[in-house]
Amino acid sequence: MTATQTPVAHTPEKPAGPPAAGGPTGFALVKRFWPVAAFVLLAVLPYSGITIPGLFDGPINSPGALQVLALCLVFGGLAAGYDLLFGRTGLLSFGHALYFALGVYGTDILITKYGYPLPLAALLAVLFATTVATALGAVALRVHGIAFSMVTLAFGQVGAILVARDPGGLTGGEEGLSLDASGLPDALVGVVNTVNLYWIALAYLGLVVVVLHRVAQSPTGRVFAGLRDDERRIGVLGLDPYRFKLVSFTLSSALAALGGVVYLLLAAGASPHVASSDLTLTLLVMVVLGGPGTRFGPVLGGVLFTYLDHRLTDFGASDAVDSLPGVLAGPLSQPLFVLGTIFILAVYFFPGGLAGLGSRLTALRRAVTPRPTLPRRNS
Amino acid sequence: MSTIVLMTVTGLGLAALYFLVASGLSLVFGLADVLNFAHGLFLSVGAYATWWAAGNLPGAGPDGWGFVLAVAFGVVAGTVVAALVELVMIRPLYSRTIEQVLVTVGLSLAGVAALQAGFGADPRPFPRPSWTQQVVTLAGARVPLDRLLLIVAAVVVLGLLLAFLRWTRYGLIIRAGVENREMVTALGIDVRKAFTLVFAIGGAAAALAGALSGVYFGSVSPTSGASLLIFAFIVVVIGGMGSVLGSAVAAVAVGLLQQFVNYYGTSGAGDICVVALLAVVLLWRPAGLAGKAATA
Repeated sequence: MTATQTPVAHTPEKPAGPPAAGGPTGFALVKRFWPVAAFVLLAVLPYSGITIPGLFDGPINSPGALQVLALCLVFGGLAAGYDLLFGRTGLLSFGHALYFALGVYGTDILITKYGYPLPLAALLAVLFATTVATALGAVALRVHGIAFSMVTLAFGQVGAILVARDPGGLTGGEEGLSLDASGLPDALVGVVNTVNLYWIALAYLGLVVVVLHRVAQSPTGRVFAGLRDDERRIGVLGLDPYRFKLVSFTLSSALAALGGVVYLLLAAGASPHVASSDLTLTLLVMVVLGGPGTRFGPVLGGVLFTYLDHRLTDFGASDAVDSLPGVLAGPLSQPLFVLGTIFILAVYFFPGGLAGLGSRLTALRRAVTPRPTLPRRNS
Repeated sequence: MSTIVLMTVTGLGLAALYFLVASGLSLVFGLADVLNFAHGLFLSVGAYATWWAAGNLPGAGPDGWGFVLAVAFGVVAGTVVAALVELVMIRPLYSRTIEQVLVTVGLSLAGVAALQAGFGADPRPFPRPSWTQQVVTLAGARVPLDRLLLIVAAVVVLGLLLAFLRWTRYGLIIRAGVENREMVTALGIDVRKAFTLVFAIGGAAAALAGALSGVYFGSVSPTSGASLLIFAFIVVVIGGMGSVLGSAVAAVAVGLLQQFVNYYGTSGAGDICVVALLAVVLLWRPAGLAGKAATA
C-alpha cells in the first residue's frame, strides 16, 4: 500500500539482441541512422505527388493529406514529451493537457487580443506555461503515486473550467478563439502554405525526439529511470527524488506548451477540447499503445492514434458501417469506442505496446528456428 | 438569511452526490490502489438504467413506488456492471496497479462512446417524480424537495456503509485490507473477494448517485458521470484515501464551498476555490484529512 509501488510497463531501451552471426556492419549502420533517414524521408515527402489509395483521400502533397500528417506528427511529439513523465520517470500525470492548452491559448490570446508577433507570443506563452508547471508541479509532487495523478487531474480541471467560463472574454468559452491570421507571417497563412506547417510540425517532432534522446543519455536521464524503477534507491544514493521529478515535470510541460504553439498554427484557433482531461487520457493511450519508455514507441503511438482517430470518423460515417445491424453500427460509428477497445486489448495482450512487438516477434522467431550450432551426433 | 439556508441546503445536496460517488471510489482506491476512471461510467449506467426502466419496465414509472422500482433497477444495473468490470477486467491484472488504471481509462472512453451511440449525445429529460419539484419552507427559506431527497439518501448510505464496515466480517476484512493488504493476504484471507464486493458497493452507490443526479439536474447525458467524477476525485484526496467518513466530511466541505463561492463570487470561481482547497490540504496534510489510510 505504499505509494512508492509504481511498476510501469517497461521494455528495455534496446532489446538485447545477439550480434548477428558474421555481423554485417551495414546492418549496424542502418540501425544507427534509420531515424535520420526517416526524418529526411518525411521532410521530402511533400515533394512527391503519389496517391496512396485507402490511406489518404488525395495525393500526399494535397493540403488535406498534409494537414492530417502534420497533426499526426504534432501528436507524435506530444506523446513522446508526455512519455518523459510516464514511461521514463514513472509519473502518471492526468493534467498534461493544461500545459498544452497554455501553449495553445496563451499564444492565441497574445496574438489575437494583444497583437503580439508570433515569435514573441510563442516565447512568452511557453515561458508562462513552464512557470505555471514548475509551481503546480512543486505542489503536486508532494504526494506520491496515484494521489499525484489525482492532484494533477484537479489542476488540469481548473484549466478546463477557466477556458469554458471565458474570463474577461479572453478564451471565447465554448466556441473557442480563432487565430487572427493578420498577426502571422504570410508563409503560414492559407491552404497553399499547409506544407510549411507540415515542416514546422516535423521540426517540432524532431526537436522533441532529440531532446528526449539527449536527456535519456545524460546522468539526469539515468536518475529518471531510477526513479521509475525504485524511488527509494535514488533517495538512498543521496539524490533528492523531489527535485529530479520536478525537473522532469517542468521539461515535459515545456515541450507540451511548445507543441501547443504548433497545434494552434495547424488548427488556426483554440477550442476548449485542448484543455479537457480527455486530451491527457488520449496522450496516455497513445503512449501505452506505442510502448512507454521506448525510444520511438510513443511517437509511433501518437501518429497511429491520431491517424486512426481521423480515419475512424470517416469509417464510422461510411456505408459499410451503416449497413451493419444497429447493435454493431452504433458503437462502431464512435471512434472513441473503437480506440478504447483497442487500448484495453493492447493493455492485456501487448503490455510493451507496438515497440515491444518487435522484440517479442524476434524472441518468437528465435524460439522456433532450430539452432544450427548445436551438434546433434547422438541421434 | 433565507438565501443562506437555501445555499446551504443546495450545497449539501451537491455534497450528497459527491459523497455517493466518492465513497466507492475511496474504498476501491484504499483497498486495491486502483484509481477507477470507469466509476463515472457506473454513474451514467445507473442514470440511464433508471431512465429506461421508468419508461419500459412494467410497474415502474415516474411516480410513487414506480419510481422506487425504477431507481432500484438502476442501482442493480450499476452494481452488476461494476462487479462484472472487476471480475472480467480488473482481476486478471491483479497487483499490476498501473495496468488496472489504464484499463479503466480505456473503459471510460469506450463506455461513454457506447452510451452516446445508444442514447445519443444530447441530454435526455429525466422522469422525476412530481413531488421532488415541490418546495417546503425551512427556516424561512423555500427549499426544493429534491435537495432534501439527495441529503437523506446520502445520510442513509453513509449509515449503512459505516455499519457494514464496523460490524460485519467483510467490513472487517475491507478495513484491514485498506490498512495493509499484504498482511491480510498473509493471514490466508482472499482479498480479491473483498475487491469484488467493494467494486459492487461502489457501483451501487454511484448508480444511485446517477439516478439522483437525474432528479437533481432534470436530465441525463453520457458525459454527466465524467464531470462529477473529477470533483469526486478531489473529495477522495481531501478526505484521505480509503476513509468513508473522510469522504463524507470532504464532500460537505467541497459542496458548500463550491455553492457559496459560485453564488457570491463569479460563476466558476467556486470550482477553482475547490482546487485551491485541495492544494492547501495537500501542503498542510499530504495524506488527506483522515490521515494515513484510516478507515470507517
